[in-house]
Amino acid sequence: MTRRVLIAYLALAVLIVIIGMTRGVSTALLLTAISSIYALVALGLNIQFGYGGLFNLAIMGLLMIGGMTVSSISMPINWAFWNSDGPMLLGRAILAAGAGVLLILGVRNLWRIGIPRGVVTWLTVLAWLAGYVLYRTQIDPAASYIETQVQGGWVGGLGLPVYVGYAVAGALAGLAAWVIGKISLGLRSDYLAIATIGMSEIIRAFVKNMDWLTRGTLTVTPIPWPVPLPGAYQDGGVDIPTSFVYGQGGFVLVTLAILIVAVLLVERAYAGPWGRMMRAVRDNHIAASSMGKDVKARQIEIFVFGAVLMGIGGALLSSFNQLFDPGGYIPINHTFLIWVMVIVGGMGNSYGAVLGGFLVYLMWAMSEPVSAAIFAQVSRGTVALGWGPIPEIDARAAQMRVFVLGLVIWLSLRFAPKGLLPEVIRRHV
Amino acid sequence: MDELIFFINKVIISGTVIGSIYALGAVGVTLVFGILRFAHFAHGDMMTLGAFFTYSLVAILAAAGFSLPIPLGIALMPVAMALTSVAALGLDKGFYAPLRRKGAKPVTLLIASIGVTLMLQGVIRLFYGTSTRTFFESEPKDIFRIDMSWAGGTRPITITEPQAWMFGLVVVAVLALHFFLTRSRLGKGMRAMSDNPDLAQVSGINTALVVRVTWILAGALAAMAGTMLALDVSLKPDLAFNIILPIFAAAVVGGLGQTYGAIAGGFLVGFAETLAVFDWTVFLRPFRENLPEWLATAQGLSLVPTEYKLTVAFVILVIVLLVRPTGIFKGLST
Amino acid sequence: MALIEVKDVIGGYGGAPILNGVNIAIEQSDIGVIVGPNGAGKSTTLKAIFGLLKVTGGSVMFDGQEITNSLPDKLVPRGLSFVPQEKNVFTSMSVEENLEMGAFIRRDDISGTLEEIYAMFPVLAEKRRQPAGELSGGQRQMVAMGRALMSKPKLLMLDEPSAGLSPKYVLEIFEHIVSVNKAGVGILMVEQNARQALAFASRGFVLASGKNRYTGTGPELIADPEVAKSFLGG
Ligand SMILES: Nc1ncnc2c1ncn2[C@@H]1O[C@H](COP(=O)(O)OP(=O)(O)OP(=O)(O)O)[C@@H](O)[C@H]1O
Ligand SMILES: [Mg+2]
Repeated sequence: MTRRVLIAYLALAVLIVIIGMTRGVSTALLLTAISSIYALVALGLNIQFGYGGLFNLAIMGLLMIGGMTVSSISMPINWAFWNSDGPMLLGRAILAAGAGVLLILGVRNLWRIGIPRGVVTWLTVLAWLAGYVLYRTQIDPAASYIETQVQGGWVGGLGLPVYVGYAVAGALAGLAAWVIGKISLGLRSDYLAIATIGMSEIIRAFVKNMDWLTRGTLTVTPIPWPVPLPGAYQDGGVDIPTSFVYGQGGFVLVTLAILIVAVLLVERAYAGPWGRMMRAVRDNHIAASSMGKDVKARQIEIFVFGAVLMGIGGALLSSFNQLFDPGGYIPINHTFLIWVMVIVGGMGNSYGAVLGGFLVYLMWAMSEPVSAAIFAQVSRGTVALGWGPIPEIDARAAQMRVFVLGLVIWLSLRFAPKGLLPEVIRRHV
Repeated sequence: MDELIFFINKVIISGTVIGSIYALGAVGVTLVFGILRFAHFAHGDMMTLGAFFTYSLVAILAAAGFSLPIPLGIALMPVAMALTSVAALGLDKGFYAPLRRKGAKPVTLLIASIGVTLMLQGVIRLFYGTSTRTFFESEPKDIFRIDMSWAGGTRPITITEPQAWMFGLVVVAVLALHFFLTRSRLGKGMRAMSDNPDLAQVSGINTALVVRVTWILAGALAAMAGTMLALDVSLKPDLAFNIILPIFAAAVVGGLGQTYGAIAGGFLVGFAETLAVFDWTVFLRPFRENLPEWLATAQGLSLVPTEYKLTVAFVILVIVLLVRPTGIFKGLST
Repeated sequence: MALIEVKDVIGGYGGAPILNGVNIAIEQSDIGVIVGPNGAGKSTTLKAIFGLLKVTGGSVMFDGQEITNSLPDKLVPRGLSFVPQEKNVFTSMSVEENLEMGAFIRRDDISGTLEEIYAMFPVLAEKRRQPAGELSGGQRQMVAMGRALMSKPKLLMLDEPSAGLSPKYVLEIFEHIVSVNKAGVGILMVEQNARQALAFASRGFVLASGKNRYTGTGPELIADPEVAKSFLGG
């Protein structure tokens, strides 16, 4: 097994070197940086699905939370906002939300003073409605004020170091996962899949439309790096191509370090008593719950753990691109692609998921020029035949990749369901 | 009166239209779930596929100078339904049946259906590109105006011709499905298999046949729903992804595996969406003089801003999952 | 020649075999009863005959033809019917629909058979429109048996038809079984009420650890002190 892992990673290294030799060191570093971030996210999914058997289609939402958080934490403070009426208006909205929550909690407890349960249920519904309306009456003007009257059109960042952004991103994604888990864990996989994909879309709708907080489709840029940017090297007199190698190389070191630490942590935890418990829960729900183990609490734990990695991954991704663009998140690239990574790499094996993350991302990135080239060739053929060029050729070439992605999913399930590096079956207890 | 007419046009009619489409889609999802026990994510793309089948047929006939007193899209829909059923059978034979034979768990089939969805999406856009199309390039979209002056309204109730057809056809489809499931041998066999697959097998019910019938129905319903959506609005290749979510929500809300639940869920989600984004200020207009100023001049009093329309289905879904996880009609588990 | 002949059958659920050579032979006029301790492989034997698990050794002959590892949709048309131990009705469907499902393989008119079943279990006729899930345990057992008879089987296999029933119902069910047998249907059943069942069994089989331990007529087995001591509770 360990030999298989070594050979697989050696092959991966060779692949990256080949990319570096054919397409330039800078491209290779760029791809390595992004694919190591994806590998981190795949590691998170592997914890959730491979270890916990929990279906999560909310990856995109968690990545968005990560990206949004790092931009809010590490972008400079927008003094124009703090010196305007914005904070006061927002404060009122927060108070309104708090009042709404108090109202709902109060109404829910009315049964204590002898009001019949049925009536309380209906009053609770009304209280929710009232709370919601109250909040909307405060937040709507605040939002439109900030978006139109405040310079920059948003509340700005906190001006904290980007590392802090990564950490908070992980924490917030974990919190979101806790909420999602509270609602939907314990359901069978189909319900869980639908519920999580729904949550993901809700997160997207909010992040995209709360311009005052996230700048929405206006996008946030430039998000800082934890290491010097290529520009900093250029200022020091390094020529442009080399500056990119230095800059991206620095970032790669950061992402690889985070990835390695994460893998080691996960492996240690999974080999220990916690992992044994997880396996028991996954493989035998009923037995585990009859042994007095709180299955749902364990599942939430594992869901949150995976989500933290996804949040950090989302933050790293935005930080590396220096851009947070809510419009750029789509389920294919940010949810299903991760699934392909874990399926191809090997569910239930950290090294497999990470390998899958690297390989699938590299293939995905490289397939873009390849499929464009194929289509250009075919188009030349159709022109020669007198049929004219293929219309919308770029869009169609892009769709070919989507098709191949789907086919890869099916082929792996059909012919290699255990993936490249299968799960190492450890004996229980 | 005009306010009421506005409400009828904006909520009753739109809600019925979108509710019908969700209901047809959700029934397909729920039938597949009942028989094969997995959430079929590619259902939305089967809808798109069906709509494109209809579109292609219409384009071919229209190019040949053919025309009918009814919209071609409606006239040719049955052919597209048959084609989509064949496609659905092909998808099962090519992708799901091999996995079932290997004894794959439902969750594997669920992932496989995500793969199938991506493949279908790729193929559809490969052939049809990414642009938006309409069925009414070569023929006009007739609009029926029901005069309301007898009731003191100055504006008519408006229904487009495809919408009128849609209402009729949905009623026919639901009734046909009802009679199929309660009166026919195969339909009862389907219910039996959905109720207790092991006992169905023991009773000698031809389960392979039931699976085929399920895909045929799912394909036909998907084509119907997809075509209707395309006729009502426009035909977009990415129609599927935005619609599969409310459809799943409708199926879950109705209780997965419950046919009537799916219909109810479809209309519930459809009306909830339209009501949530409806701008209630129209109803304030007649009383404008007597209202406090802040209310009289209020703009856009809708429960949910339009940008958040998609979230409505999920809020309902989440509430149902919290309050009654198996759906309104008790859904299947295992 | 026997209606069904199970010869040295070996089989299981994929792991180690549960059946290690089971032998059963029944005529159409027989009532065969399989008894044995919990986990002996009684249900497994019936499932193996009915193609619900893989038989890896031995053979099953039915009505002169080999049916080893045939699937139910082939066996039911040939005249074999099976009532499983649990979950043996379609709970969401009405009593009548349950019965109709038993006749799924038939293409001829089933109304006559339906009336026969209602004549045998009048209570079902009263409740024919009611979902089977709303019936009592005993009534469900009747629905299950009725469903299995709807295909006009030559051999009816029943897995613990009396499980969970009050003594009065047990007797009633047994009487029905005897009358079904009188009407020309061979019976092969598994029973926990061993003494009672063996009393009217023309063939009895005592199974333990997936093997025949004793075989004989019912009364013979009851009379055998060894059987009585180890399997019938003294
Ligand atoms: N579906 C299954 N998968 C794996 N093993 C099974 C399965 N069903 C039963 N077994 C095993 O097969 C053995 C025999 O079970 P079987 O159900 O045939 O017993 P039985 O004689 O009918 O007992 P009972 O009187 O309790 O019904 C048992 O050890 C059981 O654990
Ligand atoms: Mg048993």
